[in-house]
Parts: sequence; C-alpha cells; structure tokens
Amino acid sequence: MNSMTHTHGGQTLLGMGKGRLRVAVTVVLTGLFLLVPVYAGVAGDSYSLILFGRVLVFALAAVGLNFALGYGGMVSLGHAMYLGLGAYTVAILSHHGVNSGVVHLLAVGAVTAVLAVPVGFIALRTQGIAFIMITLAFAQMLFFVFVGLKQYGGDEGLTIAELSGFGALTANKTALYLSMMVALGLALALLRRVVASRFGLVLRATRINERRVRAVGTSPLGYRLVGYVMSAELCAVAGYFLANLTAFASPAYMAWTVSGELIVMVLLGGTGTLVGPVVGAAVFLLLEEGLKALTDHWMAIMGPVIVLIVLFLKDGLWGLLGDGESGKGGH
Amino acid sequence: MSSLLKVDGLVAGYGRSQVLFGMSLEIQAGQCVTLLGRNGMGKSTTIRNIMGMHAPWKGQVSFRGAPVGGLPSYRVAQAGIGLVPEGRQVFPNLSVRENLVATAADRRKRASPWTLERVYGLFPRLKERASNFGNQLSGGEQQMLAIGRALMTNPELLILDEATEGLSPKVRQEIWAALGELRREGMAILVVDKNIVPLLALADYHYVIEKGQVVWQGDSARLRAAPEICHRYLGA
Repeated sequence: MNSMTHTHGGQTLLGMGKGRLRVAVTVVLTGLFLLVPVYAGVAGDSYSLILFGRVLVFALAAVGLNFALGYGGMVSLGHAMYLGLGAYTVAILSHHGVNSGVVHLLAVGAVTAVLAVPVGFIALRTQGIAFIMITLAFAQMLFFVFVGLKQYGGDEGLTIAELSGFGALTANKTALYLSMMVALGLALALLRRVVASRFGLVLRATRINERRVRAVGTSPLGYRLVGYVMSAELCAVAGYFLANLTAFASPAYMAWTVSGELIVMVLLGGTGTLVGPVVGAAVFLLLEEGLKALTDHWMAIMGPVIVLIVLFLKDGLWGLLGDGESGKGGH
Repeated sequence: MSSLLKVDGLVAGYGRSQVLFGMSLEIQAGQCVTLLGRNGMGKSTTIRNIMGMHAPWKGQVSFRGAPVGGLPSYRVAQAGIGLVPEGRQVFPNLSVRENLVATAADRRKRASPWTLERVYGLFPRLKERASNFGNQLSGGEQQMLAIGRALMTNPELLILDEATEGLSPKVRQEIWAALGELRREGMAILVVDKNIVPLLALADYHYVIEKGQVVWQGDSARLRAAPEICHRYLGA
C-alpha cells in the first residue's frame, strides 16, 4: 500500500485523509461485489450474477485500457478489438473441440501478443489523432474479418457449447464470477507495482512528452510498445471472461462503439488512477441498466450525465477521493 | 588531446529561414564554456542541432571524437550529453524522486556515478521536496530537478539552455553555485545564457554569437577586458 499512497495521494494537504478514504471505499466495493453471488444464491436471481459479471469484465478491460491511456497517454480507440479477440479465441477453440481452460487462457495471451505487437509497433509511429485513427482502423479491420468468417457464425456470432474447462468448476457461474474478481484483483496489484517501477515511470513520463524523454537519453518506443501490449492483454483476458459469461462470441464485442464505451468508462472513473476505471465501468453499466428499467429514452439521460461528470470532475469519480496522476494538462 | 565536443560549420534553419550561418565551437574535457548572445541569434538552434533534435543543413557535430550528426536525440544523450532544456521541462506527473530515477543510467560505468544522494547533496531542496510532483515545484526547484535529472544520466558534458531564465536573483545564485561545484569536480559544461557577470567567474571560455555565427571568442580575462563586446552584442 505504501508505494500506492506514495504515488497516488497523500500529496495534498488533505492527501492522507483521502488516501484512507480510498482504502475504505475499495474495501466496501470489494465487499459489495462479494455479496452479489450470495444474493444470487439466496434469492435465486442468476441475472444479478450476469449483470455484475459484465461489470467485472468491463472493469478489467477498462483497467487495461487505462494503463495505455491514463499512464502511457496512448488514446486507443480500438481496444474492443482485443476484447473480441479474447472472446473469439475461446469460441473458436471450443468450436474445434479444445475445451481446456488453461489452453484457452494461454491461447488468448499468445494470439493477443501476435496481433498487438505489430499493431502497436505501427500505431506508435504516430501520436495524437493519427494514433486514435490507426487503432480504430485496425479494430474495424478485425471487426469485418470476423463478420466475414462465415464458418464461425459471421455477423451472427458464434455460440459456445463447451465453456472453458476447469474440471468440476466448468460452467459454474459462481466460480466464474469469483475468478473474475480474482483476475481483477491480480491485475490491479500487478499494475500498482508496474506503475511505480522504473518501467512505469518512463511510461508515465512519455505520456507528458516523448521528446523530453528522448532528450535525457531514453528511447520511448520500447516502453510504449510493452505498455500497449500489456494493456491489450488485459482487455483480451476480459474477453476470455466475457465469452464464458455469455457463452457467446460476436463481432459486436469489437464494434468501435465498445471501444468508445471503454474510453468513457476510463474517463468517468478517472484516467491515470488504478481503481478509477473499475468505478467507471460499474457506474456506466449499472446506470445504463437502471435507466433502461425506467425509460426507453435512457440515452437522453445517460448522455448528459456522462458529459456533466467528465466536464466537472477532471479526475473522474475516483478523483473525488484524492489526486490521480497529477499534471494532466502538462505545461 | 582531442576536444570533447566539436561543432564545425553548422548551417541550419527552419523551413526557408536560415538561422545558423556556420556555427563552430569546441569544448575540452572539464572545461566550462558559454554561448552568449541576444535572443534570436541561434543559441537554442545550436543546442537543438547538437542534440539531434533538429537536422542541420550542413556542418558536423562530433562528441568524444565520434560524429553524432544524424543520430536520434536519445542516442546523442546516451553518448554522454546531459541536456537541461530551456524551460526546464520536468515531468509534471512524476514526483521529484521519480523524475530523477526514471531516466537514470550509468552507461559508461563511472568510477563514482551520480546517485540520488549526490543530487540531494548538491540540491538539498530537492530532498525536502522528494515526494512532490514536478508541477508542485517553484521555477528554481524545477531547474534544480532538471539539472539533477541530467546528472543522473551520468553525462560527460552538461548543456544548460537558459538555466536561470525567469528565476529570482537568490535562486540564480544557488544554481550558479551548484554549477561551480560541478565544475570543480571536473564536469564539462556548456552554458547558454544572457547573464554575463556570474559566468565570467564560472566559465573558462566564451563564444559570443550574432546572426547565427561566432563573432567573438576568448577567455574570461579577455572578455572582462572587452566591455565593448558585451555592450555591442549582448546589450549589457
């Protein structure tokens, strides 16, 4: 915890109090998420498990995106591509009778690296708008590749008959839910270390100004590429979970609107904070769910709410509880 | 002995406007050299060309006997030039300590490499502010941090571009004192500045430039004896 409070909070006069507030909120949130399977079991409401499972999936993906976006300054409008790729890796392997969960996970990691390394290498030649457009272009290409793959369902998607196999726990929704919580926890713990490591420092420095990093003798490309690939891998693991949660893989998972939603989740929760994207994903999806129950015109409320939060909370909802990566504006 | 840095006949500019018209200068190991001149005379452009941030139209830059022209700026820095850029340019989203360690390196395996403690010893204020973010520092502290960051790459030559611009006289004094200390330790330094008086004591050799070329050069004694130079080219 030390390194985290050192890096993210405890910097202002109110820092200490806010640091503790963050810990308290994290504990409460973790408790609430843990209560969901209990409630689902007692009330026999399996939908709540799926709804909050979706929150965990998108939280993991948003945490992954935020590593590139919030810490590395790489605004990727194509990260849904990795979410979909993770899901399709599970679906296609399962389709061909490969059901081992371990094999699925390893394949997700490998396939993502094979795609993310060249995409990152090309996209990172550019900055700003060009980077956004190139990542979007790659995501759209992959989207249409999967729409065109008729043997894997084309634009109708592919139903997964056999979910990732883990012995007796296979297809157990509660086990899946808990493993998503563990994965999210591990991802946050890992990133907290990475962000404070030397690699993380250089990555964060490149977000402000690449030329400045070069002027002090460090070439940013390698750092940014590794950061981009790590971020993609986290999204792909989220896709692995999404496939198992919905027993389905669809090109819709990698639609550019999903990439956009991931960015909104990151902004909503707070860029450049570790836990912010989790809060952002939860608020985004639960707000959507709640408003849908209220009215058919839920977008008319959701849109302005998001705009207002992003406008008035520069560091997102999580930023209310303390400083994020400061110096957002640079100078 | 060959020179540490040799700039030979640099011709450079931006677009169609030429800025440098045959800039040449030389720095020996352990020497403190200044580059003096009014605004817009090509001081920063010279630095940018040395550092590989800008490609010259003609001319050569060599460092420790090897040409560095055409190298990307991070390679020039790795070769042993520590730049303290104009406007300081610290990383606002990293703490003081993080700014110092993020790009630290000891590529030539120095006998006594720079460490956090040594930088804190040179600038005790940085130690007090170690966990503050770069954008929470005063201008003087940012300047100290930028110097510390450059030192942490263990350079053979330190280049300071307008190091005391916009700082209070007291903070300037602190910066000059620290540079004096570095100089006594044998660090070669190139100072780009508009203040001459403190540099007369600090530096060995001076280049005065106007309109992209050297119009006067000499040691401190000669510059002291030539007040008309200061008046004519530096407006002081």
